[in-house]
Amino acid sequence: MDETVAEYIRRTVLKIPKDEIKTMLQKWGFLSEAQLQTLNFHQIKDNISQEVVQLCGSNLLLQKGEHMLENSADIKQAAVLDIIYNHIYQNKRMWSVYQMKKSGEELDYFDITDFKKKFKGILRPALKNVTITFKEYEDNAIWIRVAWGTPYKKPNQYKPSYVVYHSQTPYVFISASVLKSNLPLLCQALIVASNYHDIREMELRSHSLNSLKDIVFKRYSQNFQTYSPKPLQGGNVEPESADIRIVQENRSEKERIRRLNQDVFGDGPQPKLEFAQYRLETMFKSDPKMGVLDKKEPFRCLVKFSSPHLLESLKSLAPLGMADAPLSPLLTCIPHKARNYFKIREKKGLFPESFVSP
Amino acid sequence: HIATSLPLPSERDHLRPRIDLIVFMIDIKSKYSLRNVEASLAYVDASFFLGKVCFLVTGVGRVNACSIDTNAVCKLGETYCSPVLFCELELEGIRVVTAQRLVRMLQICAGHIPGVSALSFVSLMRNSDDD
Repeated sequence: MDETVAEYIRRTVLKIPKDEIKTMLQKWGFLSEAQLQTLNFHQIKDNISQEVVQLCGSNLLLQKGEHMLENSADIKQAAVLDIIYNHIYQNKRMWSVYQMKKSGEELDYFDITDFKKKFKGILRPALKNVTITFKEYEDNAIWIRVAWGTPYKKPNQYKPSYVVYHSQTPYVFISASVLKSNLPLLCQALIVASNYHDIREMELRSHSLNSLKDIVFKRYSQNFQTYSPKPLQGGNVEPESADIRIVQENRSEKERIRRLNQDVFGDGPQPKLEFAQYRLETMFKSDPKMGVLDKKEPFRCLVKFSSPHLLESLKSLAPLGMADAPLSPLLTCIPHKARNYFKIREKKGLFPESFVSP
Repeated sequence: HIATSLPLPSERDHLRPRIDLIVFMIDIKSKYSLRNVEASLAYVDASFFLGKVCFLVTGVGRVNACSIDTNAVCKLGETYCSPVLFCELELEGIRVVTAQRLVRMLQICAGHIPGVSALSFVSLMRNSDDD
């Protein structure tokens, strides 16, 4: 087995937490159950990974004998293990959302083989050296791993990009490697392969892939405005376990806040985002006599909110008395507008729904 | 009775007993809290400031999270001739002790302790180096 492949497998196994190694190798399926039985999972990870590499090596030798495959077949197996690892630990990566647009034709029937062929057909001729791996999952998600090379260099397996595509939707989730220069080619490959016309990056990024899916597929609980003339049983939502001797003076105010919050955020759990970033380009407004900033240049300023769970913390601001209710629509529109990066410019309505990248 | 700000909602006027002591709680981690208290002070009748008002600053255990200058709070106490107490609600021991102090003050303000009235607090507030 190629040494680089062996090293890559060894390092991938080392990333896996010790008690997950066995299940992940089983999911991988490259080593037989009998081979897995021979592994001692109670030794230190270094030794486990060495043993795994040895077993992989002997497997591949057998394959080689039968099929006379080139080295690229070995790395393909290793890449599958890497996809499995990243699928389970998807929240370690930062994901961006892209939306594709059709030129107006009706939806064609999606053929996965056609998709794969076209996708590879764009990347391979352009780069010569590239490792492309596909894996399909039950929720109609197609995971694509791309390790980038150049016509003169072998692919860098340690900095791959991951793409998650749900074929029934126009959305693609990309976790790019640091090699940003390959992004246009990747986008090109995606639109050609999926028969779309155009692709744009949405201003939506997060570590939680599922939350991003929830937002764009509208799977989180939204509150639909229903007309309710009086609070249904809104009066006594607080737990009456508090001491009877404590009297809440502002019960109606608390109730108003609770209702407003529910209108805005809905009842269910919020999608998990870590940031909201607002880029302000607004003019400084002052008394003209003060003569500050005579040049009519806009102020540039960046405001960033960060939290382990941004939307839940925004939801708790008003009930905890840390902010007035209702909250600014700039904060509450995040899931509805499916964006957490905003550009705020002068007048003409608050946020330009620009389809331009930042 | 717990309220988030003053004035108190008028719809509950008839349910309220006589008020003997007002404790303004300021969370040292929140500037919003201080502003809220300053705004609410305007709604308090002047007669309360003869010993029936007290400021309680909470959250002092978390030194890294302080947003309010303690000098500002002490000045507030001086301006309104009312004592300022500091406590940390997250520690049970301090919580209990603070509660006991407040109850003691309340007993005095309500007139349950013979020989001592709320006015005593005012005279105790004066700094020894004022004289």
